[in-house]
Amino acid sequence: MFGGLAVASAYSKDMLMTMYRHMYLMRRFEERAGQQYGLGKIAGFCHLYIGQEAVAAGVEAAIRPDDYMLSGYRDHAQPLARGSDPGMVMAELFGRTGGYSKGKGGSMHIFDIENHFYGGYGIVGAQIGLAAGMAFASRYRNEDRITVCYFGDAAANQGIFHETLNMAVKWKLPVLYICENNRYGMGTAIARTSAVPEIHKRGTAYGMRHEAADGMDVLKMYESVKDAAAYIRAGNGPVLMEANTYRFRGHSMADPATYRTKQEVEDERKNDPIPRLRDYVLKQKLAKDEEFEAIEAEVKEQVDAAVKFADESPEPDLAELWKDTIVEEGEEDVRPRERVLGVKVAKWPKYPSGQELKVTWDLEPREQADKADKAAGLKR
Amino acid sequence: MAELMYREALNQALAEEMERDANVFLIGEEVGRYQGAFKVSQGLLDKFGSARIIDAPISELGFTGLGVGAAMVGLRPVVEMMTWNFAILAMDQIVNNAAKLRHMSGGQLRCPIVFRGPGGAGGRLSSQHSQALEANYAHFPGLKVIAPATPADAKGLLKSAIRDENPVIMIEGERLYALKGEVPEGEHIVPIGKADVKREGKDVSLITWSRMYYFCEEAAKQLEAEGISVEILDLRTLRPLDEEAILATVRKTNRAVVVEEGWPLAGVGAQVVDIIQSKAFDELDAPVVRVTGLDVNMSYAANLENAIQPDAPKIIAAVKKVLYREGA
Repeated sequence: MFGGLAVASAYSKDMLMTMYRHMYLMRRFEERAGQQYGLGKIAGFCHLYIGQEAVAAGVEAAIRPDDYMLSGYRDHAQPLARGSDPGMVMAELFGRTGGYSKGKGGSMHIFDIENHFYGGYGIVGAQIGLAAGMAFASRYRNEDRITVCYFGDAAANQGIFHETLNMAVKWKLPVLYICENNRYGMGTAIARTSAVPEIHKRGTAYGMRHEAADGMDVLKMYESVKDAAAYIRAGNGPVLMEANTYRFRGHSMADPATYRTKQEVEDERKNDPIPRLRDYVLKQKLAKDEEFEAIEAEVKEQVDAAVKFADESPEPDLAELWKDTIVEEGEEDVRPRERVLGVKVAKWPKYPSGQELKVTWDLEPREQADKADKAAGLKR
Repeated sequence: MAELMYREALNQALAEEMERDANVFLIGEEVGRYQGAFKVSQGLLDKFGSARIIDAPISELGFTGLGVGAAMVGLRPVVEMMTWNFAILAMDQIVNNAAKLRHMSGGQLRCPIVFRGPGGAGGRLSSQHSQALEANYAHFPGLKVIAPATPADAKGLLKSAIRDENPVIMIEGERLYALKGEVPEGEHIVPIGKADVKREGKDVSLITWSRMYYFCEEAAKQLEAEGISVEILDLRTLRPLDEEAILATVRKTNRAVVVEEGWPLAGVGAQVVDIIQSKAFDELDAPVVRVTGLDVNMSYAANLENAIQPDAPKIIAAVKKVLYREGA
């Protein structure tokens, strides 16, 4: 627990209250999503973020809005912290045309490119490779942008985790890998299937900077990510961060979570990151109860409106079946808020043309490669 | 027109496209300092530098994923598979990500990427290194699949693939790399989705692609001596299939033999036959016959290897069958 001594807070009230708003929004949104699942409005798989909010909120405060981000299938909450429209995320969960992906993706595939959220992926760990490619592109174009990639503890046992870490370090790719260790890969405790259950230690094998972070404490999370992001942005290469966290709910809505004890969940709930931040702010006398209550009332209204929006959004037209599989010649990319809300979306990725782009990166300098060859007794 | 080897034609296409567009880069095993396992990337490292010609670790899934991620944010990767057999390790990134990104994002993202490398029997390499896997990829919506037979088509199709806004699977002929042919210099583009009548004829149509085209030519020449006029349609693209061209040749000759190197069950040829029977049934004078690789794993022994693959005598027998001249 932070706080205790009445020293002046190192954090601005503005940042603290934004973190609180983000976490509260994620919590309320996910509670309503769970409820709507129960009502049959949401189907398929639906993985809730409840309990893990400090991770996404801390990360968002510590990085730039134009940094790239991707996630696994527990992906409703991170885009909300990025600024995605809750109604359009909810509409996606409902399988309606007002969703970010027109209802074609659903819960596991939230994409909001306007806010640099590059998707939720349903194959465990697959986004780890994609993130390296996005970071590669930033380095190739000499941008100072970083890529943040979330994955779960169980994804660290996939081959792509190891293959990608190796390349990311070798080529100093600007990517922050955040393993959200909620201790269970679906219903299996991570220690049961992992020789080294402290995931971050696996970075050692690749000479990669690695560290554990307290994923139940938004300020500690913020500090860890701020430091790691600065290191990555300065061109030092990737970081593997293990955010130790806990999901208060089952793996998905279909999971009653009988593989863990009620006591364990009760104990973890005592670490709930949301009241924890509130206590800190109150102790620091930076805000009063009423200010939190005002935020909560606003968020509640926002989430009610999101459910209403999703409910009223029509099902996608059958003609949509034949769209968005192959990009036809001259076809533009879809800008969801423009399509759904009719607002002008100006902030959209634009890349230098093939003639404008000057690639200055020397990924493997000649002398270095020659030296390595010589050491190995090779002649080219 | 210059006479080039298939591998040189591919090299030319890569060099020209990389010159034209700095977003294009090549990644794969041995593509740089080794100059390519099949020498397709010969000289490119010196020309374009180590950020654009990248020697990847032997991590097919990993570097394929890296390529897909780079394509998601505006680069145009060419991912070289040392052979398509090894790319089976990378199928998750190709099928679950590259082919589905546009769909899952509701049209927000595109994935302009080329996955290319040799396919088909390599020659005395046994079962893990001798597979015609194009049918696997042709199965998936969201991908395009090309398999050129000639150096000119190899160049023109690779250039189209690099400029395409979608993921393109390019299956080159492992046994074709040293084959020579006329190749137009500079801007030579072969559109994806267009088949090519490589030989005009009137009695029977051979529909094929990649290396099998040459067995079809051999068969056609022998049949010509017997007074049988054979038309050869080289599909070149396996997804999307050029239905119009398939139906046009069948309407012309009224008889068809479909020749493919791969296995019969769920082969691309099965789909070709389905197109013919459902849309040109009344045009047919005989049931369509398929010549495919035998439904077994590839053996190392020379005689077994030969027996497994289609060849000119098997094609000739099939042609005679659709002409009701068996035993002739």
